[in-house]
Amino acid sequence: MSQKKNALAGKKALELLSGNAVPIMFIIICAIFIPLAGFSPSYLLNEIITRMGRNLFLVLCLLFPIMAGMGLNFAMTLGAMGAEIAVILVADWQIWGIPGVVLSMILSIPFSALLGFICGTLQNMSKGREMITSYIINFFINGWYLLIVLYTMGPIIPIIHSSIMLPRGYGIRNTVSLLNMRQCLDDLLAIRISGVKIPVFTFLLVGLLCLFIVWFRRTKLGQDMRAVGQDMQVAKDAGINVDRTRILSVVMSTVCAGFGMVIYLQNIGNLPTYTGHSQIGMFCIAALLVGGASVEKATIGNAFLGVTLFHLMFIVAPSAGKVITGDSMVGEYFRVFLSYGVITIALIMYEAKKRMEKSRAGQELAQAQKEEEAAQ
Amino acid sequence: MTDNGTPLLQMRNIKKDFFGNQVLTDINFTLGAGQVLGLCGENGAGKSTLMKILFGMDVIRETGGYSGEILIDGKPVAFHTPFDALTAGIGMVHQEFSLIPGFTATENILLDREPQKKTILAEVFGDRLNTLDYKEMDRRAAAAIQKMGVAIDPNMTISSMPVGHKQFTEIARELSKDQLKLLILDEPTAVLTEKEAEALLESIRNMAAQGISIIFITHRLHEILAVCDKVVVMRDGYVVQDVPAAGTSVEDITRWMVGRDVQSSSAQTAVQIKNTSAKTIMSIQHLWVDMPGETVRNVSLDIREGEILGIGGLAGQGKLGIPNGIMGLYEAGGTVEFDGKKIPLNSPRKCLDASLAFVSEDRREVGLLLDESLEWNVAFPAMQIQNKFLKNLLGGLIKWRDEKGIRSVTQKYIDQLQIKCTSSKQKAKELSGGNQQKVCLAKAFALEPKFLFVSEPTRGIDVGAKALVLEALKQFNRDSGVTVVMISSELEELRQTCDRIAIISGGRVAGILPAAASSEEFGMLMVSQVK
Repeated sequence: MSQKKNALAGKKALELLSGNAVPIMFIIICAIFIPLAGFSPSYLLNEIITRMGRNLFLVLCLLFPIMAGMGLNFAMTLGAMGAEIAVILVADWQIWGIPGVVLSMILSIPFSALLGFICGTLQNMSKGREMITSYIINFFINGWYLLIVLYTMGPIIPIIHSSIMLPRGYGIRNTVSLLNMRQCLDDLLAIRISGVKIPVFTFLLVGLLCLFIVWFRRTKLGQDMRAVGQDMQVAKDAGINVDRTRILSVVMSTVCAGFGMVIYLQNIGNLPTYTGHSQIGMFCIAALLVGGASVEKATIGNAFLGVTLFHLMFIVAPSAGKVITGDSMVGEYFRVFLSYGVITIALIMYEAKKRMEKSRAGQELAQAQKEEEAAQ
Repeated sequence: MTDNGTPLLQMRNIKKDFFGNQVLTDINFTLGAGQVLGLCGENGAGKSTLMKILFGMDVIRETGGYSGEILIDGKPVAFHTPFDALTAGIGMVHQEFSLIPGFTATENILLDREPQKKTILAEVFGDRLNTLDYKEMDRRAAAAIQKMGVAIDPNMTISSMPVGHKQFTEIARELSKDQLKLLILDEPTAVLTEKEAEALLESIRNMAAQGISIIFITHRLHEILAVCDKVVVMRDGYVVQDVPAAGTSVEDITRWMVGRDVQSSSAQTAVQIKNTSAKTIMSIQHLWVDMPGETVRNVSLDIREGEILGIGGLAGQGKLGIPNGIMGLYEAGGTVEFDGKKIPLNSPRKCLDASLAFVSEDRREVGLLLDESLEWNVAFPAMQIQNKFLKNLLGGLIKWRDEKGIRSVTQKYIDQLQIKCTSSKQKAKELSGGNQQKVCLAKAFALEPKFLFVSEPTRGIDVGAKALVLEALKQFNRDSGVTVVMISSELEELRQTCDRIAIISGGRVAGILPAAASSEEFGMLMVSQVK
């Protein structure tokens, strides 16, 4: 009897392991790298908290399309582009500090909402292939972004200060300094506990978004999104406007991504005009997946755990790589390669898990039969 | 029952044609409040089309609408979408479930009609940001379940429910609509166990007592006699009988449906007892199959060459799992030997290569290429597996389809099985259910297998087609010496067709009896291990 109990407990533990294989793998990687890198705990904690403040908002915005069954929204980058245009304009108007940040957020709404609407509409035209569509839309809209920033800013969209313009007279410089906006949100209400700076206000914003997500699940729209996510046909037959619900989920995601990007940029303190958004989507998705999320299910907890683990690896990998191979570039290479790997694994696991579940039920059946035969 | 004043529903001179093909002619009937109307007829008699008209389905409008008049409470109505019909108080439970798998019964019952609480954000962004009123949802769902009279757990998620409870959830969803006056049930008992079907009949009586009119479509005629006030029988697009249920019998209804006498269905004792010492062609040892809802546990069975073996049992007891597992459609384990050779499980291709064929019970998903012509459907597997109907060009480098051969073989089966179609080029999805089933059989016959699994060959098809299908199977067995294993939930048809019948109960073989054994013996076996 107790043996059976043990076997059952063992089975449960095994299930827990296989269900959380990705986070566990990252915990192990971090556990090996942290002592190798040799950073002090307070430095690590400081870095982690900074990066959580910087990235959590962006990662959380991925939850809406997952709820609506549209998978990982690679097109959150569109929100980031919207925010960058807003930030460039606000920087040119020289509105700094908190008012600058708030204005950037407000100004980003129409841009990201419009881009989100376009993206959602295109995704509705390609149901079942939302993820690859959203991924390719990035490249397409990136072209528009370049057109606006490189050619129309200056001649068409008035830019007052030449300091942010390319020397040739139109287009924006490679880097726009946001020094006067730098960490103004993070410094608001910030407290220091034994050398670790905690950006209370930024975390408050993140907390607010979390509360919104929890509350949103209980709204009519949230319920509709979950229904649409599980079975579009049934939802449609029940009278839910499926296409509109899906578009709304993408728009909410891009608008939140816009806010998140402003938070991100004020923390960094400068805007890499042409590369700032290019990796955002990839890294946020990787972080969420590292936290144990899948294509069809993600929670706030996944986002928190994922950001912590993923960035912990980011911080320690270069130094650890240097210790191991004598070259910090190896660590740099390692972390990029890992984040792409994680996304690939998650996409495969999505299908593999379903198949595994099926075969497990079969194995249980075979096992029961064997036991029965032995008993006879 | 007599109705005072205007009846709830009147259908007057309803006519409908699909591109010149008349499917409904002068349909007239009335239905009073609180009455139960049993609608029966062979496949293709026009029942489904009639209900689609009544429910305002898109397909009717897309194919040119209908003529005639529908009156509800004496007022003429014209529904353009199902939502119009819903507002007018008509609810319909379709044969296919329309439920969200991860939601609870309550959430499904009130899908898109959830009671809401006002929130401040909703004032700005619109009503969809109202929160759901979970207490009120629980109350309304409970009330609907109460009205139905069958206890289901409102907090259970659909994916973990047995199939019968899903059906009841659908009914409760219709009942939760306050305006509901008329409920259409399209073969609701087809997927239910006997017990659940009884509960459903009871709940139909309940609902009728509360003043809801019901149109009940079923192929199980005794159910009609059990609950209906009146019976409407359709044949070839006409209403041929419209009588009170009290004065009729199953035999009467059957006769009206097919327009001729169907031989009374008693076990055929004339089946010549085949040589019992025939060699075992297939030996199944310790088979398990993980098929959801039809789990098979530790089944061992020997099948003799040239016989027709029946596999029977109640729904959900595992009889369907056996052929699906052996043919590799669901995960299975154990050993299966065919003709002295072991057959690897979980590999459909190997089974087909060994000259086994399978007519699936799931004809729409597994059995047919719905968008392709009959020719393709019949010839495709033979072409894929046996290189039949192919001409070799350039010494086999290029293979060319032998269109002529395909056409003639299709035509042969169309004639033999009396498949009703416009031509062998017609698309499979345009046929009615019974004719689709015949195409599935033709497909398996074209493979010329040594061994044939036939799963629920008569499910959802009418009496006339049933006799034909069973006769075709018998003939195929007799003429080609093919061993046939037929799985069916209808004991009577197994007894008419098979030599021996194995009864599966609780996923195991409860016993094997000759077809001539009495119904009581079979009945005992069927319930012996039900869990």
